[in-house]
Amino acid sequence: MSQIKNLSRREFIALTGRTGGALMLGSALGVAPLAAAKSIAAKTDGLGSTLGAFVTIKNDGQVEIICHRTEMGQGILTSVPQIIAEELEADWGQVIAVLGNADPKYGDQNTGGSASIRRFYVHIRQMGAVARDMLEQAAADQWAVDKSQVAAHNHAVVHKVSGDSLSFAELADAASKLPVPAAESVTLKDSANFTLIGRDDIALQGVEDIVTGKTIYAQDIQLPGMLIASIERPPVVGGKVKSFDASEAKKVSGVVDVIQLKDRSFPVDAKPMSGVAVLATNTWAALEGRKKLKIEWDHGANVTHDSAAYKKTLVEKVAVKSKAARVEGDVYAHKFDASNTIEATYTVPYHHHMSMETPAATVVIEGDRCRVWSGTQAPQWGKEMVLEELGWDVEADYDKVEFNTTFMGGAFGRKSKNDFTIEAVELARASGKPVKVVWSREDDVKHGFYHSIAANYLKAELTPDNRSDNWIQRVVAPPIAWIFDDNISHLQDGDLSLGFADIPFNIKNLSCETPEVTTHVRTGWLRAVGNINNAFALGSFVDELAVKAGISTQQMWLNLLGEDRSFDPRKEGYQGYSHYGQIKDDKAIDEYVLEISRFKGVLNEVVEKSGADQKLPAGQAWGISVAASFNSYAAAATKVEVVDGKVTLLEIHTAIDCGLIITPDRVYSQMEGAMIMGISMALESEITMKDGAIVQNNFYDYPVSRMSQVPDLFVHIVASNEAPGGVGEPGLPPILPSITNAIFHASGTRIRDLPVKNTMKV
Amino acid sequence: MIKLTLNGKALTLDVAPEMPLLYAIRDIAELTGTKFGCGLGLCGACTIHMNGIATRSCVTPLSSAQGADITTIEGLSSDDTLHPVQAAWVAHKVPQCGYCQSGQIMSAAALLATNAAPSDSDIETAMQGNICRCGTYPRIKLAIKEAAENIQKVKS
Repeated sequence: MSQIKNLSRREFIALTGRTGGALMLGSALGVAPLAAAKSIAAKTDGLGSTLGAFVTIKNDGQVEIICHRTEMGQGILTSVPQIIAEELEADWGQVIAVLGNADPKYGDQNTGGSASIRRFYVHIRQMGAVARDMLEQAAADQWAVDKSQVAAHNHAVVHKVSGDSLSFAELADAASKLPVPAAESVTLKDSANFTLIGRDDIALQGVEDIVTGKTIYAQDIQLPGMLIASIERPPVVGGKVKSFDASEAKKVSGVVDVIQLKDRSFPVDAKPMSGVAVLATNTWAALEGRKKLKIEWDHGANVTHDSAAYKKTLVEKVAVKSKAARVEGDVYAHKFDASNTIEATYTVPYHHHMSMETPAATVVIEGDRCRVWSGTQAPQWGKEMVLEELGWDVEADYDKVEFNTTFMGGAFGRKSKNDFTIEAVELARASGKPVKVVWSREDDVKHGFYHSIAANYLKAELTPDNRSDNWIQRVVAPPIAWIFDDNISHLQDGDLSLGFADIPFNIKNLSCETPEVTTHVRTGWLRAVGNINNAFALGSFVDELAVKAGISTQQMWLNLLGEDRSFDPRKEGYQGYSHYGQIKDDKAIDEYVLEISRFKGVLNEVVEKSGADQKLPAGQAWGISVAASFNSYAAAATKVEVVDGKVTLLEIHTAIDCGLIITPDRVYSQMEGAMIMGISMALESEITMKDGAIVQNNFYDYPVSRMSQVPDLFVHIVASNEAPGGVGEPGLPPILPSITNAIFHASGTRIRDLPVKNTMKV
Repeated sequence: MIKLTLNGKALTLDVAPEMPLLYAIRDIAELTGTKFGCGLGLCGACTIHMNGIATRSCVTPLSSAQGADITTIEGLSSDDTLHPVQAAWVAHKVPQCGYCQSGQIMSAAALLATNAAPSDSDIETAMQGNICRCGTYPRIKLAIKEAAENIQKVKS
């Protein structure tokens, strides 16, 4: 039996009442809601002195620091404790990071939108400063001096005059008995005195557990008497079980039960689908039993969905004028000069997250208590869903559910949805046993929340000085908001703010539009979300304009970006601008307006560092692009070779300006990962649908990059002291157009429809 | 009845002989460091050593592991030391989510057991069956090279 110890809520000082637990679904942001935490931390014994919600000092002086945001590979398990340790003045070598349970006392735990640092940096600092303040007060009390005469330093509190020192361990008990000061009342460090933030030489949390196989992911939960469930789900969204025969399935050795899941109504939300579950004593028996189920489906109305036909419809829709999101001047009063005008339509297919770990959740219900272990980005949202599923009161019964978030073997947005968690709740209740729901790879591929298939249309006329004063652009995609409200038939401002209606060019006559569309599929947030198709379209189109103008792509970008300025789309015709949650929260808005100089900074950096402006032998070429997303700026340069229609990647560079950096190594790793995800997304992966069902199955038909397909990668960080921006997602958007632009310059073949493999050999 | 050795300990399994080794290791022996990724031997997350050879446990029926010597990530090193491959993984901060890394490490350790100084091409061939969706390949390559050098240093 694996060691599973849980931090109970009791083990921490209850700082606050339940606040901020409500999630803003379908918010403006397309990217907003997501994720939460809890722990399976095998390392804590629950003992020690607690100092506020995040810090526990053990008797031996080691400090446990809660990481309340969920860990899916982005490295937040290091970054949150690193910020807290900085303010606490803790010795990093004595810090142990612990994933936090779903608990509103931590603040927002729903992890997504590259938001953990950019939106909560100050809050996290305050949590460290609260604990430091308590230790300093305890020392001042002991020495009977004013707190101003003491200061925490290097895991101890020092008397400034005498030089006397008391270790954190010596102070912990007394400090824990003091009132917890209000977060806003404590003093934060001067950033000039930072010793941990921005350091690249500190050990990452959790790596040794990973390399020795000790890290517990959702798939790894083991409980006594637990059954493992594998579920056959309807192939079409909205489908239902008409009838089924489980007699053969039940004969399989190890199969204990077969249970029909309930039908769920539209909107699909993050609910489970219906289906039939086979519960067994081991995974193999559950899978074998499932193969023997005979199910007749009622597929429902979405059985007509065919992604190839749908794509044609999207392309037709963006060819005509539609609902305007942002208008400047009157582009329709302008007569375009065909000789200086380009129009183009770009398409990106449905995509799937393809996390290495397929979804899994374990639930045990004992009387009026429920314990959950789930690999989810959204523990607080998930916990509310669990309460609702059980018919328990989300307020009064809140503490009857213990919601543990495990480490996730990748997530990329998929695991913000707790459909799999609710399946485990339903089956644990129906069977009366602890149940672990495990998804096969085919389940994962066929029942995802897909990145929306999209078509982008652009039309622009060049001015004599190679800018543009007349520009029309349209985007259409099945809106993510549809899953929460199936009356929604347009992309929302949260979608349109992702590199579309926030286009930063100074264009006199501009119209940004989005047509109506019908949705047939569960769509959802996938790393960078709408920035993927918007940056592919804009990055390709600017390259096409450059070719038309006979200037470099870099120069075309510089011309279109224009003079350095602060660009606030709300002041330039786009009132609906959501700006990645910053505006909605009314926090730090001015710190996060788009800075044209920062766009140019990453663009120029990537060209200079890569040498993308240098001539190459015939058959080889560079392609570049740039995109701002999640309050960060990223540019990419890709070198390719095309021989006889076969594309080979030679080098990819990324330049990133993400403002203040906490953990530089994790910025490098996220940029590396984004380049590699961008390679397979550009070249070869796509999800298609026929008769309402997903065609793909596994890694053989939804390929993702393997080692030999990855060229030399380079990351260039543009140093910045601006407010922290996102890191997990911003690296991805410019990669795709940098690759296809390079292909054009090497071969003359313009790729407007991804993936490349449908046009060329890859 | 299947008898095999798992991380140095004898194990007897009274289960269907066609059950893949992966599920016996995870569900019955309760060693969860070996991961499920695809069920078809395509991704390498389930890689273990069977008689020293890197093997995809998700497509290896127990019947073919009869009498075999199986090592999983938990058995690659003793509790207080890391295998040189694991140490290099830590030094290069290879993992992101970490889920595929047990399989990556087992493949790399098997490679270095037979090829003391692998070239880039050797590494790519040996690691081609191990997918990392987070994108840690460049660091894996560096870490394998460093592990190879460290193994040589210890030997010489």
